[in-house]
Amino acid sequence: MSEPLLQVENLKKYYPIKSGGFGKVSETVRAVDGVSFSVQEGETLGIVGESGCGKSTTGRMIMRLIEPTEGKIVFNGKNLMDLSKGEMRKARKDIQMIFQDPFASLNPRHTVGHIIEEPMIVHKMGDRKQRQKRVEELLELVGLSAYHAGRYPHQFSGGQRQRIGIARALAVRPKVIIADEPVSALDVSVQSQVLNLLKDLQKQFNLTYIFIAHDLSVVRHISDRVGVMYLGKIVELSESENLYNHPNHPYTKALLSAVPVPDPEVKTQRIILQGDVPSPAHPPAGCTFHDRCPVAMDICSKERPHLKKLDDGRMVSCHLFH
Amino acid sequence: MSEAILKVDGLKTSFFTDDGEVPAVDGINFSVNEGEILGIVGESGCGKSVTSLSIMGLLPSPPGKIVGGHIYYKGEDISHAKESRMRKLRGNDIAMIFQEPMTSLNPVFTIGDQLIEAIRLHNHLSKQALTDRAVELLKLVGLPRAKELLNEYPHELSGGMRQRVMIAMAMSCNPKVLIADEPTTALDVTIQAQILDLMVKLNKETNTAIIMITHDLGVVAQMCNRVVVMYAGKVVEEGDVKDIFNHPKHPYTEGLIQSIPDLYGKKDKLYTIKGSVPKPGSIRQGCLFAPRCEFVMDKCKENTPELLGDSHKSRCFLHQEQA
Repeated sequence: MSEPLLQVENLKKYYPIKSGGFGKVSETVRAVDGVSFSVQEGETLGIVGESGCGKSTTGRMIMRLIEPTEGKIVFNGKNLMDLSKGEMRKARKDIQMIFQDPFASLNPRHTVGHIIEEPMIVHKMGDRKQRQKRVEELLELVGLSAYHAGRYPHQFSGGQRQRIGIARALAVRPKVIIADEPVSALDVSVQSQVLNLLKDLQKQFNLTYIFIAHDLSVVRHISDRVGVMYLGKIVELSESENLYNHPNHPYTKALLSAVPVPDPEVKTQRIILQGDVPSPAHPPAGCTFHDRCPVAMDICSKERPHLKKLDDGRMVSCHLFH
Repeated sequence: MSEAILKVDGLKTSFFTDDGEVPAVDGINFSVNEGEILGIVGESGCGKSVTSLSIMGLLPSPPGKIVGGHIYYKGEDISHAKESRMRKLRGNDIAMIFQEPMTSLNPVFTIGDQLIEAIRLHNHLSKQALTDRAVELLKLVGLPRAKELLNEYPHELSGGMRQRVMIAMAMSCNPKVLIADEPTTALDVTIQAQILDLMVKLNKETNTAIIMITHDLGVVAQMCNRVVVMYAGKVVEEGDVKDIFNHPKHPYTEGLIQSIPDLYGKKDKLYTIKGSVPKPGSIRQGCLFAPRCEFVMDKCKENTPELLGDSHKSRCFLHQEQA
C-alpha cells in the first residue's frame, strides 16, 4: 500500500463556553473529538453524519480554516499544523474547498470571470492573459461557456453556481478537494448533473475528494470509502460497498434504515432511534451513542469504545466488536 | 371507493409582478379521498407550495391571486370563500404544517400558550379542560414530559420536537385534511424517520387525509398511496404510487426516479435531466418539458399535451400514442 496523500490523526476541536462575568470557562463543547483517517491519492472519502456531528468542522480544520485544538494533519509528508499562517496560505493551493450554499459562497459584486481568477491571483499564477485563458478553459470544463465569464452570479441557477464554485476550486490545480455538502441545496435532477461532473473531473485530473454530506445515498454513489460520524467521533469507517451492505455499528444500521427508499415495493425495517442527538457539551459517559442504542450493554455506559480495525479491514467503534 | 373530500379543479394561481403576470400554478386537477395519503412531488419552483397555500387561502395577496378554477371541500367551493369562513375551516377541517419548525413557532410564547390558543379558537372549553387537551395532544405526538413542555419556550426544543409540536397543533381540532409542506426537509434522517412514522400512525388512527408535499421521492414511495407529479405549474403525471414508480408514463417522472443515487447498489453514472426548470411563463407554446426531454418529437414543440388516462394519468404525447 502506498503512502496516503493526506492523513489526519487525532484531530480535535473544543469550544469553550464562557459564563460568569470574567469569561471563566465553565464547560467545553467537543465539536470534534479525536478523528483519525487517511486518504489515498485519487480516492474519495465520504464523511456522513447528522447535523452537529462535526463533519463540517472536520473538513474546515483540514484546511485550517478552523484552527484545530489538537491533532496532526499530514499532507504529502508534511504536518500542516507546523506551518505558519503565510505558509499555510501557500499550502492551500493544493487543498481547495467547495461549499454548500451556491448562493452565499460567490461574491455577488464580482463577475464570474473574476471569481474564478481570484485564487490564481492569490497564488501568483501566470500573467493576466494566461489567467483569462484558463478561466475560459475552466468554464468549458465544468459545462458552462466562455462568454459566461462576464456575467454575475445572480444570473445563474443554483446548479450553474455550484459549477462556478467547482471551477474556482479547480483553478489552482489542487490535489485534494474538500466538498462540504456540495449538492444538498440542489434539486435531484440538477444534483445528478453535479455529481457526474465531480466524478468526471476526478478521473480526468486524478483528484482526491473528501466528500462531506448528510445524504447517505449521495455519499455512497461518489465515495470509495465512507466514515460515519456521531457526536464528534468516527463510529465506523470502511469500504463503501461493505459499509452499506453490511453495516456493523448500531448507529450506522439505524441511519441506513432511516433513509426512505424511492421504491414503494421495498418496505425497509426501520430502526427508529429514540430521542435526539445529545448536546456535545454534555456527551453521555462511556459510548456516546449508548443512550439511544437499541442493543446497549452494561459496559457501554461505563467504558468508551475505540475505533478498532476488524479482520476484514473495517474500523468500528463499538463494544459489540471488541 | 371512498368519497373525495378535497377536490382541486382547474386551479390557476398567478403572481402579479412588475414584469407582468407569472402563472405559478397553471390549471391543476387532483382530489384527495378520506383517509388517504396523497403525495405531491416536484422540484423547486414547480408550484407545489403555491398549490397548498391556495387551498388554505393563505396566498400572500397581492401579489398572489387565484385567477381560475375551483377548490371544493366536501362539495363546497372554497376558492373564493370569505376570510371569516376560511378561518372556521382552517384548523377545524383543513390544517397545515410547514417546513421550518424553527420559524413557525412564536419564540416569545411558551409551547402551552401557543397550543392552547389553537385549541381555544375552535373549542369552548374551560381552562383546565384546555390544558388537559394540550397535554393529551403532546402525548399523542410522542413527546415525553408533556406537562413540563407546556411551560417551555420553542428555543428549548430540538427541531424534531418542534415539528412534533407543530403536528400536535395541526391535529388539535381533528382536521379532515392535513397539508404537510416539506415537513421533514429541515430534519436529519433519523428524526425524519420518527416524524414520518408519527404521521402514518396519526393517519391510521384518526383517518385524517394527508397531502404530503415534498421533493423527496423516497418519502413519497414509503408513505403515500397516490402521487401527483408537478412540473412548472402543471400536473404531468398522477397515479397509484406503485404505478408511478414501476411504470412512469412521463419522461420527467422517469428522469427524476433515475437520477437518485442508489443506496443499495452502485450505478456508475447517474442519469441526468439536462438543463433546469424553466421560469414560470417563459415557455408559451408546446409541452413545458420539451426543451429538456430526451424523447422530444416535433409536435411536442407546437401542441400542449393534455393530462389523459384513467387511474394513471400522464401529460405526454409519447404515452398517449402508445395507448
